[in-house]
Amino acid sequence: MTTTIKPASDVLEKKEPAVKSNKASVYKTNQLNLWYGSNHALKNIDLDIKENEVTAIIGPSGCGKSTFIKTLNRMIETIPSVKTSGEIIYRDRNIFSKKYQVEELRTKVGMVFQKPNPFPKSIYENIAYGPRIHGIKNKKTLDEIVEKSLRGAAIWDEVKDRLNENAYGLSGGQQQRICIARCLAIEPDVILMDEPTSALDPISTLKVEELVQNLKKEYSIIIVTHNMQQAARISDKTAFFLNGEVVEYDETNKIFSNPTDDRTEDYISGRFG
Amino acid sequence: MAMNEPKQLSVQELIAQKSNRGLLAFTEKLIPKILLLIATVSVLTTIGIVFTLIFETITFFTEVNVLSFLTGTEWYPFANSTPTYGILPLIVGTLKITAIATFVAVPIGIATAIYLSEYASDRVRRIVKPVLEVLAGVPTIVYGFFALTFVTPILRSVFPEISIFNAISPGIVVGIMVIPMIASLSEDAMTSVPNAMRDGAYALGATKFEVAVKIVLPAALSGIVASIVLAISRAIGETMIVAVAAGSTPGFDWDVTGSIQTMTAYIVQVTTGDAGYGTTIYYSIYAVGFTLFLFTLFMNMLAQFISKRFREEY
Repeated sequence: MTTTIKPASDVLEKKEPAVKSNKASVYKTNQLNLWYGSNHALKNIDLDIKENEVTAIIGPSGCGKSTFIKTLNRMIETIPSVKTSGEIIYRDRNIFSKKYQVEELRTKVGMVFQKPNPFPKSIYENIAYGPRIHGIKNKKTLDEIVEKSLRGAAIWDEVKDRLNENAYGLSGGQQQRICIARCLAIEPDVILMDEPTSALDPISTLKVEELVQNLKKEYSIIIVTHNMQQAARISDKTAFFLNGEVVEYDETNKIFSNPTDDRTEDYISGRFG
Repeated sequence: MAMNEPKQLSVQELIAQKSNRGLLAFTEKLIPKILLLIATVSVLTTIGIVFTLIFETITFFTEVNVLSFLTGTEWYPFANSTPTYGILPLIVGTLKITAIATFVAVPIGIATAIYLSEYASDRVRRIVKPVLEVLAGVPTIVYGFFALTFVTPILRSVFPEISIFNAISPGIVVGIMVIPMIASLSEDAMTSVPNAMRDGAYALGATKFEVAVKIVLPAALSGIVASIVLAISRAIGETMIVAVAAGSTPGFDWDVTGSIQTMTAYIVQVTTGDAGYGTTIYYSIYAVGFTLFLFTLFMNMLAQFISKRFREEY
């Protein structure tokens, strides 16, 4: 079942041991399985995701890529029928362990969703919400966090004069960058992005892609995308999911130029999906 | 089967065969007219009621000075020598009941709504919601007796200074009566907050309570406030509970332990009594009714204004 999976570390060590092997892992999944009721959605996933990289997850609709990324911060648990087995090790701790508080995990692992989902509040309050619930009350500190986060999400210049306006007055692309800024405000370790540009126009998409490139200096980014060009443009590693399994996980260059598995080749050359 | 189909017709031919375009066009023209007629009946009824109120109120004010009606602090219409018609005691009585009811209903109603929309499992929700709706369907006269024969004795056993007829017991029971209204409408407002917003907050490490109070509640605020205002409006207009349990002693004070009279209870008192047609007392119920109408109209308009103005757009 998992014969086609090559743990990335093996491949990498053979190819460029000096550069990549010293990057620490943020996530290691260990025989991760997930069921929606009786539907087996993720099958024996073994992935090793490195820090300060962009890891793209591609695959046809229904292959489990969104399910996988939502499992990484346990957002999947909002669906009652979900069962899991196996381990997800985030920075040396199993996130499924009883002692691991889900709020603590999500404070470290931020998420950007498919459709922009700002809160129906002012732009300022959207960004300040995260720091506030984690106990940061000082107005001056909050002001600084808001500015820094909005700058980090490359939207400060567009909104600096309208911080008190409702975030829903912004365009879809701006809203999505507000959501990214909201995520940056609590300075997470990892940012999960679930098809963040699928609801955006090409120009907004470009802006978000540039942003992702900049963010990887400080954050580890895992991005689900339908758009293979996008994966090729912005990611360092790519995992190809099919029917709940990881078919291939490797350097993005290798996946797109010289994939090992025929199914990967078929998918990226547009023969299905 | 086969003999029913002498030859194969295309769908377009079948449509042409069955078509009744002429008749259809006629009914299409007629239907809106019939509907308009029906709608007009209900509008005219409302206008008729309001005009009756206004005309009889005007008659009342030919006998009683408007200013003394609005500012008078003594309401003794049944006094033999010099009846006084100062409506303030009735308004104060109504406000006492409304204030106590709001104080009871708002916290319980909103807590119930938060529980149902954010915490309760589907199973619990399926049980509790219909129970709430049953509570909303209990006839108010039953609530009236509940206040008089159950709540009042309990209150009196704790606070002996409370009289048999008082403001606090019916106030509490009116509150209980409007809890389902607040809970149900607020729950609807909170449930309709998109899950994407909750997810956004959960993904930042928010707890369930933080999501409920800081995201869902503000996002649903306009619906919640509108439900509260409607509940207040209902409490102002509530009749049977106060007529049964609050007494009939209009007073201009803020004491809730003694007998009071509300606007509605006064109207009940007159209509069930033997005030003759055409007397000042007879016209006074229209003046009181009109005042009551203005109160509830104001509250309903306030509810509409709030639900438009304070909506957090999403």
